[in-house]
Amino acid sequence: MITFWFAVLVLAWVLYFVLEGFDFGVGILTPILGRDEHERGAVIRTVGPFWDGNEVWLVAAVGVTFAAFPDWYAAWMSALYLPLVGVLLLLAVRGVALEFRGKHDAPSWRRRSDHLLAWSSGGIVLLWGAILGVLVDGLALRADGEVAGTGLSRSLGPLFSPAAGLGALAALLAAILLGATFLSLRTTGPVRRRARDLARHTGTFGAVALLVLGVSTGNSMALAAAAIVFVAGLQARRAREATAFGAVVVAVAATVVAIFTVHGDVVLRSTLDPAWSLTRESAAAGPEALKIITVAGVLILPGVIVYQLWSYWVFRRRVASERVPS
Amino acid sequence: MDVLDLTRLQFAVVTIYHYLFVPLSICLAVTAAGLQIAWMRTNNDKYLHLTKFVGKLLIVTFAVGVVTGLVQEFQFGLGWSAFARFYGDVFGPTLAIEGMLAFFLEATFLALWYFGWERLPRRVHAATIVVVAVGTLLSAYIILAANSFMQNPIAYALDPETGRAHLTSFAELMTNEVVLAAFPHTMAGAAMAGGGVLLAIGMWRAHADPAFTTLGRIGAWTTLLGGLGTAISGDHLGKVMTAVQPMKMAAAEALYETTTGAPFSVLAIGELGHDRPFFSIEVPYLLSFLGTGSFGGTVQGIDDLQAQYVAEYGPGSYVPMIPVAFWTFRLMMGAGIAAMAFAAFYLWKNAGFTKRIPMMPALLQPGTGTPRWFMKLVLLAPMLPAAANTFGWIFTETARQPWLAFGISTTAEGISPGLTSAEVIASLAGFTLVYGLLAIAWIRLVVHLSRKPLREPEKTTDADPEPAPAY
Ligand code: HDD
Ligand code: HEM
Ligand code: HEM
Repeated sequence: MITFWFAVLVLAWVLYFVLEGFDFGVGILTPILGRDEHERGAVIRTVGPFWDGNEVWLVAAVGVTFAAFPDWYAAWMSALYLPLVGVLLLLAVRGVALEFRGKHDAPSWRRRSDHLLAWSSGGIVLLWGAILGVLVDGLALRADGEVAGTGLSRSLGPLFSPAAGLGALAALLAAILLGATFLSLRTTGPVRRRARDLARHTGTFGAVALLVLGVSTGNSMALAAAAIVFVAGLQARRAREATAFGAVVVAVAATVVAIFTVHGDVVLRSTLDPAWSLTRESAAAGPEALKIITVAGVLILPGVIVYQLWSYWVFRRRVASERVPS
Repeated sequence: MDVLDLTRLQFAVVTIYHYLFVPLSICLAVTAAGLQIAWMRTNNDKYLHLTKFVGKLLIVTFAVGVVTGLVQEFQFGLGWSAFARFYGDVFGPTLAIEGMLAFFLEATFLALWYFGWERLPRRVHAATIVVVAVGTLLSAYIILAANSFMQNPIAYALDPETGRAHLTSFAELMTNEVVLAAFPHTMAGAAMAGGGVLLAIGMWRAHADPAFTTLGRIGAWTTLLGGLGTAISGDHLGKVMTAVQPMKMAAAEALYETTTGAPFSVLAIGELGHDRPFFSIEVPYLLSFLGTGSFGGTVQGIDDLQAQYVAEYGPGSYVPMIPVAFWTFRLMMGAGIAAMAFAAFYLWKNAGFTKRIPMMPALLQPGTGTPRWFMKLVLLAPMLPAAANTFGWIFTETARQPWLAFGISTTAEGISPGLTSAEVIASLAGFTLVYGLLAIAWIRLVVHLSRKPLREPEKTTDADPEPAPAY
């Protein structure tokens, strides 16, 4: 049964990183692919109806983590205090920039919103990537389940590890790819053209980078991801936009699943002593709490997925980015 | 300040800020749903324009509520990891269910509603905003149930091995007598908060469009009825609190000795120590009535309770900060009454209120508009209910101290081990800066949106023919 709750949890995190992944990517690409105010408006309208629903997957993922594995939640959140506060602050800036942009007509207001959106999206992606990198590596867990050390060194130190750097770069690449393929699928006109070109170039670059990584570390997940990203790049070249986007989604989802399952049963590795690692069993909550998660996973989440799909269906039309002389 | 005080301060600042926006979202969502239904029933375009206007206010307010709520979700892990371990089991499921049951509904359906005016059939479209309104109420209920556990812990068992709380019944947790009393009270408070904003905008923009006067009246009625609701439900909540946390209500009156037929002081000047202050206005027997429902009831005093708790929980001080409890309780009620008076005066001056009562117009000679001096006070309409809400929470949370969860764990035990002041100062500075900027942007936007002509034709940016579907 613990495997089932763990699966619900991984599903929530995967959906979060895939869905917010593309809207982070769109955020980063706003000033790059949108050459003027009108085009940037079009870029942003592709995610306007979705970003908030996507972000709730973070609430769900954190909620399930808290509910099913409270020790795990407590350990990594308090240890990575400052990076997470950074993510939250940037998320605050980003959400508000997205939502406030279109409600005011002053060009300066819109310009400022666009900048805030792009920089905060980029920052969040780098930080999440670094945090995931650190989590794969493990933390200095003590026997009592707390992370050793205190203060700024505990909180910021892990960010300067190679794993964090690699994670950050990989996340940035993934977000750009997701964003570019999503935009080429969801727009018409010049933005669509530029997005497709960008997807092609980053696709090739990403596949090569992953290949090098896979070969040098012997990690088969990285090799698989390289192949998928390569396919995505190819599809972008042939203007098969839906397939290209789909391929990137699969690659990102596979990577997230890999991150949560690299150490098998161990959810958080202790770098001090393997015996102190948190396993699924040792971090799990009591039976009544887990029963609630079961109900949620079986009854509530499928409904959520259905109505979210419905909203993607309602807003299925492409957003026009060309200017029509009026 | 040590790290514990800093973390508490941060929790208070961040949570109070979240709660400035949340009641507005709740009230605006319900109002938008009501206005849209009114439009569909009457086909009066005035209601359509108002629905769209309130919808815009809702969406910008909601955005701030969402991003600050996200911070709330993480706070327990960041600053209070010992607390999260201790009862993640109780708290985690509530947060998870809240997210899945309520937040997904709100976020998805609000977008469907806001962007769906032309895309969805009329009835389906109206249904989406009703779903949003229900979602906001659901999320408020669930999170209040979580908070009520801390006020009155039930439905848990302590694990003898680890000393942690395990949830025993989710249904029981959701029907805590405290949440049953607190939900009507907070929702009435939310009505006042949103009503105040609508009243202020209606007053300020009345000259621009007659529909704004309608909005002002809706706001004023909401404030007034919400105010009555807070008084009735607050009275009930006070009784429940006297039963589950007698120390809190004793602190609210600075009542040191157990008293039968205890009076309630409306105002007091002087120290709130063991000697009664040198000046106070008291209403005899009222405290007994508020706390127990009978004028001759006995209200336990602080000294007796302290002695009783020492015997029960061991040595230590179980007395919260008396002046904070005393004053925040009165400020909450006072600000609420002032807001009601404000709304009532507006209604009187703008007819509507007295017109329908026979003889009243002749007697009172209601004015046909808002007097100038009153216009200058317009900002009081949104600020008084916001203040009342804030004082209410400060009272609720500080007068529970030193307990985090009443009777089972203290605040000092809840903080994350290894957290240092440096980190909390850094994060508190970050929150203060970003939240400050958000508030400025929000105010500018609300002012801007209110200034726009109400009946301006919708400017759709896609002036081109409908592009093809992407999938
Ligand atoms: C506009 C807002 C507003 C107004 C006018 C009032 N309240 Fe209130 N009150 C709140 C908004 C609020 C609140 C913010 O919603 C609180 C904080 C926590 C809670 O459950 O509700 C609260 C808490 C609160 C509590 C503490 C509950 C606890 O510790 O859990 C009591 C006893 C009262 N109120 C009683 C009253 C009474 C007798 C009022 C008489 C007029 C009153 N309130 C007006
Ligand atoms: C329903 C959800 C809520 C929960 C679970 C909750 C929980 C907590 C926790 C864990 C603390 C920190 C420990 C402490 O200092 O006591 C706290 C303190 C505090 N909270 Fe709440 N709270 C909730 C709602 C609110 C709201 C909406 C407000 C205000 C608008 C608020 C105001 C405060 C204040 C002012 C403190 C500081 C009290 C002090 O440190 O003396 N709380 N609460
Ligand atoms: C400390 C405890 C609290 C936590 C952990 C919390 C968590 C959250 C989160 C994560 C969101 C964003 C949801 C989204 O992304 O759509 C949110 C919004 C919301 N919260 Fe809170 N919250 C707390 C206190 C409260 C209280 C006390 C109330 C009401 C009584 C409340 C009512 C709401 C409502 C109605 C919304 C949706 C409307 C909006 O976003 O403005 N919350 N909360």
